[in-house]
Amino acid sequence: MSVTTDILTVDRLRAYYQMNYFGIEREVRAVEDVTMRVKANEVYGIAGESSSGKTSLIKVLAAAIRPPLRVLEGSVTYRFNGNPLDITRAAEEEIEAVRWRHLSYIMQGSMSVLNPVRRIGRIFEDFAFRPMGLKRDAFRAAVEAHLARLHLEPGVMNSYPHELSGGMRQRVTIALATVCRPEFIIADEPTTALDVVVQKDVLAMIREVQQALGSSVVFVTHDMAVHASIADRLAIVYAGRIVEEAPTRTIFTAARHPYTRHLVASLPRIGDTSPKPSLEGRPPSLAEPPPGCRFHPRCPIAIERCRKEVPILEEWPGEHRVACFRAHEAIPAGEILHLKRGSLQ
Amino acid sequence: MTRPPLLDLRDVTKTFSMGGMLSRRHVGAVNGVSFALSAEKPEIFTIIGESGSGKTTLARMILGNEVPTSGEVLFEGENIAERRGAARLAFMARVQPIFQNPFEAFNPLKRVDRYLASTARRFLGARSRAETETPMDEALRKVGLSLKEVSGRFPHELSGGQLQRVAVARALISKPRVIVADEPVSMVDASLRMAIVNLFRRLRDELGVTIIYITHDLATAYYISDRLIIMQKGYVVEMGPARPILDAPRHPYSQLLKRSVLSFDESGAGQIKPSGRDEVDLTAESLIAGRLEPAEDGRFVRLSKPILEPRQTAGAL
Repeated sequence: MSVTTDILTVDRLRAYYQMNYFGIEREVRAVEDVTMRVKANEVYGIAGESSSGKTSLIKVLAAAIRPPLRVLEGSVTYRFNGNPLDITRAAEEEIEAVRWRHLSYIMQGSMSVLNPVRRIGRIFEDFAFRPMGLKRDAFRAAVEAHLARLHLEPGVMNSYPHELSGGMRQRVTIALATVCRPEFIIADEPTTALDVVVQKDVLAMIREVQQALGSSVVFVTHDMAVHASIADRLAIVYAGRIVEEAPTRTIFTAARHPYTRHLVASLPRIGDTSPKPSLEGRPPSLAEPPPGCRFHPRCPIAIERCRKEVPILEEWPGEHRVACFRAHEAIPAGEILHLKRGSLQ
Repeated sequence: MTRPPLLDLRDVTKTFSMGGMLSRRHVGAVNGVSFALSAEKPEIFTIIGESGSGKTTLARMILGNEVPTSGEVLFEGENIAERRGAARLAFMARVQPIFQNPFEAFNPLKRVDRYLASTARRFLGARSRAETETPMDEALRKVGLSLKEVSGRFPHELSGGQLQRVAVARALISKPRVIVADEPVSMVDASLRMAIVNLFRRLRDELGVTIIYITHDLATAYYISDRLIIMQKGYVVEMGPARPILDAPRHPYSQLLKRSVLSFDESGAGQIKPSGRDEVDLTAESLIAGRLEPAEDGRFVRLSKPILEPRQTAGAL
């Protein structure tokens, strides 16, 4: 891939929460040494459990870096219309100029995003009127045309958020995020609170809009089934680091990292009655991450080296990167999945 | 004499009234639900439905928190609405709930063992320290924890999975026959979800506890359920053995649910299609007109027309 097709380049990013309460310093290492690229016109999935640092990572990507979150090292460079913009160093005005116009955000709780005492039409004005720079009538027409694309009637503009169903509200937040035809959209768990049927419709819609606009989407969720249906490439985040990144198909069929292999193997599927293992232990505290590989305390195949050294994210053939010292060995699934002891615990 | 069923729901209906004197409307949250759980054979009985399908209202009636508008809920042959005082307490000890979000179920300012201790005091009448702590430790060990690990800890010091296991342990203290778990894994991370689901399986197999598992996740339902009901707008649309139903659902709504389950087969192909909700007749009229008819494999399907061909779902999954 040539450099020009990358719309986002993250290079060796380290972002910590640094707090100082009455002289006691506390540091939470939420994003540690993250290097990744997002290409134009792709859906890049980020998978990780809660407190894995994925929300901190997208806060940085969305240029919402507010204390106590600080970027210590590295860069986050967007390339809109060919102009590089490193948001970790850019001035507030420069970020303001790209926000919503080029870089937008689909948020998780549609009810808390939409102002409950304003009609949908007014909310669109709040978010998009200035970035779009159109006259009032033209703006309204553009919003209505865009709502029609998302199968929402123009009448929605006169409704209050509580008058819409959950699925419709989530479609409105998608419409809000995409009305300016941004090149880059960050979606943070947009379907987590939805029912299966509505979830599928919303995912299909995000994909449809993404294809129509040719935008790139960074899609964050802990639900691997969602990633399987929407992501082109997938990064697995564990305790603030990317442990594996590959095309989605590779993650589901030929993952190398024990954590990824575990995640994929433990997914229940209709038609499959084999016992599914669960992972022992809990994710580490990012305030005191374990030394060496951060996964080693829970890893069934950890060796001495894992406790001391940090594995780097190594390049593999086929756009595949893995951070594991034992990725080259052929380790049988049974050993990874810990089936020998308490597999049903 | 044969033992009465553990739990017997007979044509249970719950309607809520909304609005004032002039514009009063009645909303049917649960409409004519009947099923029975055997006292001899513990099972995992799953209730599937979207939000607003009445599954939580049904659970609240089983727990005795809500009185049915008509019909009755019998526990071991006795109507639970008629139990008062000590009889009610005895019933509560035998039917215990587990809630959706463990972080909301526990008071963040109180140590988690306090909940276990108050449950032990209330249901077991424990007075001394030893009397309270022995059943607490026993219950915690059943879920793979111990009193030493959790005592003195606040909810934020435990992970979501641990906290949910503490919630299960709390429910186990009174040695219940039935546990009602309302969406117990929807707030839990992927790597911990299976820990909870596998724990339910063990409770059924080793302790003989019947579990009423309420969810909208068909994949975990397929994994652990013995029997299930699928609800839509307060009506049961399909009921019977779990795996045959999920392998080949017959009711249009069940088929829609199954089509909406995200597939792993085309992972990364980016070929996600809308669920096709509009093509399915999901109006309340078709539900009211329909009746639960038995089918040859032991399931019941609500049909508004006498015969309904199974819809082709091969392409969808």
